[in-house]
Amino acid sequence: MLSIKNLHASIEGNEILRGINLEVKAGEVHAIMGPNGSGKSTLASVLAGREEYEVTEGEVTFKGKDLLDLAPEDRAREGVFLAFQYPVEIPGVSSTNFLRTAVNQVREYRGLESLDAVKFLTLMKEKMKLVEIDQKLLSRSLNEGFSGGEKKRNEIFQMAMLEPTLSILDETDSGLDIDALRIVSNGVNQLKSGKNATIVVTHYQRLLDYIVPDFVHVLYKGRIVKSGTKELALELEEKGYDWIKDEIDSAATV
Amino acid sequence: MSTLTKQDTFSSLIEAAPNNFASARATGKEAYVFQGLPAVKAEEYKFTNISKKLEQNLTDFSTAKPLPLTDAQVKAAVHEGFEGSVLVFSNGQFIPGLSSKIDEVEVSLISEKADLPIGSIANPKKDVFAALNQASFQDGLFISVPKKTQVDKAILLLSFDEANEGQVIQPRVWIEVGDFAEVTFIDQTVSVGESTYFVNEVVEVKGGINSQIHYYRLQNEGKNAIEVSTIETDIQKDGRFSSVNISLSGDMVRNNLNLNLKGSNSEGNMYGIYLLNGKSHVDNHTNVDHTIPHAESNELYKGILADQSRGVFNGKIFVRQDAQKTNAFQQNNNILLSEDATVNTKPQLEIWADDVKCSHGCTVGQLDEEALFYLQTRGIDKLQAKGLLLYAFAGEVLEKIETESFREYCDSLIQERLGSKF
Ligand SMILES: Nc1ncnc2c1ncn2[C@@H]1O[C@H](COP(=O)(O)OP(=O)(O)O)[C@@H](O)[C@H]1O
Ligand SMILES: [Mg+2]
Repeated sequence: MLSIKNLHASIEGNEILRGINLEVKAGEVHAIMGPNGSGKSTLASVLAGREEYEVTEGEVTFKGKDLLDLAPEDRAREGVFLAFQYPVEIPGVSSTNFLRTAVNQVREYRGLESLDAVKFLTLMKEKMKLVEIDQKLLSRSLNEGFSGGEKKRNEIFQMAMLEPTLSILDETDSGLDIDALRIVSNGVNQLKSGKNATIVVTHYQRLLDYIVPDFVHVLYKGRIVKSGTKELALELEEKGYDWIKDEIDSAATV
Repeated sequence: MSTLTKQDTFSSLIEAAPNNFASARATGKEAYVFQGLPAVKAEEYKFTNISKKLEQNLTDFSTAKPLPLTDAQVKAAVHEGFEGSVLVFSNGQFIPGLSSKIDEVEVSLISEKADLPIGSIANPKKDVFAALNQASFQDGLFISVPKKTQVDKAILLLSFDEANEGQVIQPRVWIEVGDFAEVTFIDQTVSVGESTYFVNEVVEVKGGINSQIHYYRLQNEGKNAIEVSTIETDIQKDGRFSSVNISLSGDMVRNNLNLNLKGSNSEGNMYGIYLLNGKSHVDNHTNVDHTIPHAESNELYKGILADQSRGVFNGKIFVRQDAQKTNAFQQNNNILLSEDATVNTKPQLEIWADDVKCSHGCTVGQLDEEALFYLQTRGIDKLQAKGLLLYAFAGEVLEKIETESFREYCDSLIQERLGSKF
């Protein structure tokens, strides 16, 4: 589904991603872990199409298409969804209007008929249950004044509405208490199927107790330096990142 | 051809004025001659070189005659859903024959009110264009809402403008609202054709004690229209005057809005949007004068400027020494959509009282790229996402319009302009 080959990306002349390789197949859950500043959010942003990053080398194909060639909105319509680490507050844009516009533009692209107000509301109610999000939140401006946890929940709610094939969750667990974490993970798990895939970016193994990954990768200084199964996450939890850093940094100086 | 650097530029217009309101016209003429058209460096017109604009575009210093309008034309120009009364103007002149009768409200030609103290609210000595209008307007509208009258439906002041190239249109309106009365006005212009003309409008509003006046204005003129407007009101004890001004086009537009808070617990609200493209130039000069204690003013103007358009905002808040416990708030926010668009914004606070709450702020910026990206990642087309954000930006002002059908109409015009129909 997703194939990343030797991806290099920089911002303002600083190379942040320095040769990423990753294959994600339908039905899989991949966790990307790594210390702060290693480039996890950058990778997520580059996949979603943030223009500030310049891809200097490498390629990304998504369902056979050159992903890097598509505008952010077309990536979304093709089925890429990014749950932001820091969701943006947009005063004056009603959550409901926004979502209806988004859902219908995505549907139109996918050749589905657009939803009228009634059908849209029905869909919304159904998906709201999934992440136990309060109707009151959705009657407000998009993310405006939401708590950290509410924002994250709203990201997963949007994901549920847009039915992506590849979901990238960037630190969706940070700022969530244990109940919210359970609810959010539960939502993600219910949306999982053999046809879609999930990339979970986190630096705590805690989330991975709820969303169980098939593969775990460690990103450090812009490269995937270690890959393994969920046991790798447990090992990281126990030993921290220092042993990996040491391993890589000493190898680099030799 | 006349040259506009001399005071007598509009002298033919003044000479041709009707001979009613003799003393007011004489005062107007004197004030006009004394001030002259604004010089290039005139502080009040620093960013709006109206004299040059007039010099380059006015060719015929005569008053445009009223057009032969029909009921059908009037009906067609009234926005969808509007349920109130319509008062029709044609090239600045009030046309009773095409206008509604309004229950409990007195409406007449201004010329029928020989004793009206014209210019006692909009002082001709403060601005040369108010002076010019006072000296040379043809006829206008007098409207009086008796005390304790609630006029339920808005009154639409619908102006049809179609001058010959280079002519002058000078509407003059006198509004009286009695004690404890409430009324909403919608002042809207329909430009017919693309000719260049000069509109010089003066509206004087006399509010009573505890009167509630809403004044909404939609400027959607031909792109070659040059316009100066002066709206001035005295607000009495417990009274409230709320204005919303929406400017969508015009070659050069200057709006002077002057609120004089003259009674305790009075409130003046000034809201506006200017959404400009092409080479439109819109200048909003507002002035709120707090003369007494315990009054409040609120102001929010927002600008969205594309292409080579220019916006000017000048907000003067004057708090006199006696005006203790004043609350005065002002905000002006602008989004520039092109490198060639310009905004000059200037808050001007003069505060002589010491126990007051005043705040002001102005911003000039671009569209929030982070918000734009967020919307795009949800599958929303970039152009439409921009429209959505700009519409949200404007929405804060639009929601101040309390007449639903008019708000929806403005809303649709703005959405259409922003390319963000939902
Ligand atoms: N706009 C930017 N300009 C310059 N450097 C940036 C910018 N955004 C991120 N970086 C840098 O890129 C590196 C990776 O950041 P990020 O991808 O956010 O890491 P992570 O998500 O793994 O914590 C950091 O060193 C960060 O400082
Ligand atoms: Mg990050």
